[in-house]
Amino acid sequence: MSTLEIKDLHVSIDTEQGTKEILKGVSLTIRTGETHAIMGPNGSGKSTLASTIAGHPRYNVTSGTITLDGEDVLAMSVDERARAGLFLAMQYPVEVPGVSMTNFLRTAKTAIDGEAPKLRTWTKDVKAAMAQLRIDADFTQRNVNEGFSGGEKKRVEILQLELFKPKFAILDETDSGLDVDALKVVSEGVNRAHAEGNMGTLLITHYTRILRYIKPDFVHVFVDGQVVEEGGPELADRLEEEGYDRYATGAGAATIAAADAAAQA
Amino acid sequence: MTDITTEKARIGAPSAQPFINGFTEEGESLSPLNAAESKAPLAGEAVKRHSHGGGVGIPDSSRAGRLTSYKLADFKPLTGMEEDWRFTPLKRLRGLHTEVLNGAAPSVSVTAPDSVTVETVGRDDRRIGSAAIPEDRVSANAWENFTEATVITVPAEVQVDGEVSVLLTGQGTEASAQHVVIVAEKFSKAVVVLDHQGTAVVSENIEIVVGDGAQLTVISLQEWNDDAVHASSQQAKLGRDAKFKHIVVSLGGDLVRVTPSARFTAPGAEVELFGLYFADAGQHLEQRLFVDHSVPNCKSNVLYKGALQGRNAHTVWVGDVLIRKEAEGTDTYEANRNLVLTDGARADSVPNLEIETGLIAGAGHASATGRFDDQHLFYLMARGIPEEVARRLVVRGFLNEIIQQIKVPAIEERLTDAVERELAATNH
Repeated sequence: MSTLEIKDLHVSIDTEQGTKEILKGVSLTIRTGETHAIMGPNGSGKSTLASTIAGHPRYNVTSGTITLDGEDVLAMSVDERARAGLFLAMQYPVEVPGVSMTNFLRTAKTAIDGEAPKLRTWTKDVKAAMAQLRIDADFTQRNVNEGFSGGEKKRVEILQLELFKPKFAILDETDSGLDVDALKVVSEGVNRAHAEGNMGTLLITHYTRILRYIKPDFVHVFVDGQVVEEGGPELADRLEEEGYDRYATGAGAATIAAADAAAQA
Repeated sequence: MTDITTEKARIGAPSAQPFINGFTEEGESLSPLNAAESKAPLAGEAVKRHSHGGGVGIPDSSRAGRLTSYKLADFKPLTGMEEDWRFTPLKRLRGLHTEVLNGAAPSVSVTAPDSVTVETVGRDDRRIGSAAIPEDRVSANAWENFTEATVITVPAEVQVDGEVSVLLTGQGTEASAQHVVIVAEKFSKAVVVLDHQGTAVVSENIEIVVGDGAQLTVISLQEWNDDAVHASSQQAKLGRDAKFKHIVVSLGGDLVRVTPSARFTAPGAEVELFGLYFADAGQHLEQRLFVDHSVPNCKSNVLYKGALQGRNAHTVWVGDVLIRKEAEGTDTYEANRNLVLTDGARADSVPNLEIETGLIAGAGHASATGRFDDQHLFYLMARGIPEEVARRLVVRGFLNEIIQQIKVPAIEERLTDAVERELAATNH
């Protein structure tokens, strides 16, 4: 059992207009076996949270903490975080020239496990995982993400998730740009990884569509860098019907509570 | 791969607007480097004034119109505005274009099986001039000044086991001239390695004759010391059904400029031109190749890959492929890929494809220059891979495509190590 704990996280970025605060005090605790969905309108800071956990250099943590089983994640370099068990499935996976998928997957697996995987079982595992995600076998010979379609890139992210077996998976809008078939394939992959029972999942999404295939235990609504509402799966259903309009941007939770009260009256 | 410039074209592709400012589909029209001192807008203007290579009716921009001569006097002094010199920092040529090249030439030491003939000959040897004619002033200067030449002959039908190793060791910084002739007689098969080391300021002419049905690989390694200056014209003439593979590897030297060319004399021949270069801070590594399809049914395939790192690392690749009217059934493809590893480096890449007949099997060219940036690094590190490993992974993978073409295990290993050393130098 592991715990990823985010406490009062404030994050800013440097822009040409000066420093801009994106996350304004986010707290969140995820445990092994749990699936948390983070939902919110564009620009609410969802992806910033994902990238900050992974350690992207663009984001500056100004205050707050992130710990993994008590260890200070913010003190770790990007690769150390991955080796500690954090995995970010990226919204826009980059193409890496010159590195074949085979070489990349084996190198990463070796780095994460601290030892090279046994060649025979590894090759078999990769093949099997690729088949389940409907990824053509010849992808292993191609360079990482090079020339892959948007859907193919997302499937390859989930392939890595299944092979690297992280303690916590952060899925940054993995569903965006996928057609229904691809969405199902990708969701099945996440569910398989989850079913092994050793992973917690932070699912970041703009749409509720993916939540038909991946069932969240908790839903957190992000607006303007803060969690404005939290609840169970039923909150997602409500968002599906009502959208984000009732969370007026810039408004605090108090406004929403008032709006809710008015709606019930 | 984040593409800075990408250009791809196949026959039949609709002609587009100029992709890069100052460049047309025919190639570049004006040097951005020498623009300040440039008055004549087109390279062709400058060439025309003293051109007698192409004759009437050859357009100025055509490679077919390039002046060729054994006489230095036929080439005007260089100004840096010439099409084929516009990327080269002439000041750093250390006199190869202006001085009498009478310094001590790099010593030549050949290790070869007994079946191969190695001779040192004078200027009047009949094999001198059998495959090459200078195409620029620096090459002509070497031709006029060399005193003796090394001639390596693989006799007819001899299949050489192992490689013929030619070690050329620089003798210092006095401008010098070198001449080597490699002859693979009909139906022979051999691998020849030209291994350039030490310190030299040298203009070199390499003549390569690939006889009918012969299969020859020539590998030219430039692992010079940091202060070396090297201009090397490597011209190959191919007979009927000949197969020629040429690999240029430039890693060391202050300025290295290799100009390989392949000319077909009879149908059925195939040529593969590969190149690998890795420029560090301040290095100028230039490669300009020419494939002249002048007879029917020949094939050519070109792939050059370069990595750059450090301030003022500069690489130049210009690939001229000419398919003449007679060259029906030609099949050709050329590509250049560059990987820029740090800020402050510059890669110039110009693929030129001239086609004078539509009756061909295929013709294409491609060029892409990408950079290894923070996004790539973040992606790999986010998968647990430490920074240094990530960088090596990318560069090694990128350049390995060329290294594995060499197929001489000892040299492949040596170059892999050399690339690792180049990478280690980036840890500043």
